Amino acid sequence: MVEVVVFAVAAAACLVGAIGVVLSRNPVHAALMLVMTLFGIAVLFVAQEAHFIAAVQVIVYAGAIVVLFLFVIMLLGVDRAAELSLDALPAQRWTAAAFGLGGAAVLVWLVAAVDRLFKGAKSLALETAGAASAGAGSEPTDYVADVSVLARSLFSDYVYAFELTSLLLIVAVIGTVILARRSYGADQHGADGRRADQHGADQHIDASESASTGTTSEAGR
Amino acid sequence: MNGLEVVTSWYLILGALLFIIGGIGLLVRRNPLIMLMCVELMLNGVNLSFIAFSDRFGDVHGQTVVLFVLVVAAAEVVVGLGLVVAVLRASPRATADDLSALKG
Repeated sequence: MVEVVVFAVAAAACLVGAIGVVLSRNPVHAALMLVMTLFGIAVLFVAQEAHFIAAVQVIVYAGAIVVLFLFVIMLLGVDRAAELSLDALPAQRWTAAAFGLGGAAVLVWLVAAVDRLFKGAKSLALETAGAASAGAGSEPTDYVADVSVLARSLFSDYVYAFELTSLLLIVAVIGTVILARRSYGADQHGADGRRADQHGADQHIDASESASTGTTSEAGR
Repeated sequence: MNGLEVVTSWYLILGALLFIIGGIGLLVRRNPLIMLMCVELMLNGVNLSFIAFSDRFGDVHGQTVVLFVLVVAAAEVVVGLGLVVAVLRASPRATADDLSALKG
């Protein structure tokens, strides 16, 4: 019964947070609603014995990603209320409605299919356990996925993918630095005062760039 | 015990609902930051389904996949926010509708 209560509270937090993200006018409120959803999901992870994933979820999502969102919101100064009424094109509203209804229909169908699948899987697992004659944790409910099991999987079966993620992170960091660096002409339409001195700084750094005004007008187009 | 217990289908339904809500938000919102948050919602719905299946079938591979999804989501947010910063610096009030410079 405790599990049901935990699930209900966490699921309600998730759904309220998700709807809040979509409906809130202020991006800061949306980010905080996202935190609520992420914490609810972390609780659900704990309820499903995925403790390490829950910790990573809290650290990475709530600790890094949402902070990054808030940082960008504050940095750009876009934390004013957006006009929800002119937020969507009518065609997009219809597309969204179709997406929601179609998703709900697929959901109902899927749940029925999954229930059948689970029944089949359970009988299969029981047969396998019976054939192995000792059981010995081969029944699905006996399994405990602690960190060592996860680490063994991560560093044996998925070791190449794991190494590739480090490459991905390096690429992401380099790409972000290049993107977020104020480049020539990227801000031709705004931030006039900051542009001038930054422009001088860039010229100072890159001595080979001589015709900077021509570059600015071309790149800004 | 009155027979009410948490079954895997509930987690799957919740994950699908999060995915649907995130998708709707992605379609109806115009603020690029909120759109990125909605992408995070969709990813979390999928993560929840992965963990539910992992728990149900006693297979740790689902959790491993969720770890990779987390890493890719972090990278995606970093690059996406870099793009948003670059775009919004150029035109501070831009919405997703205004970003049509590449339209043929």
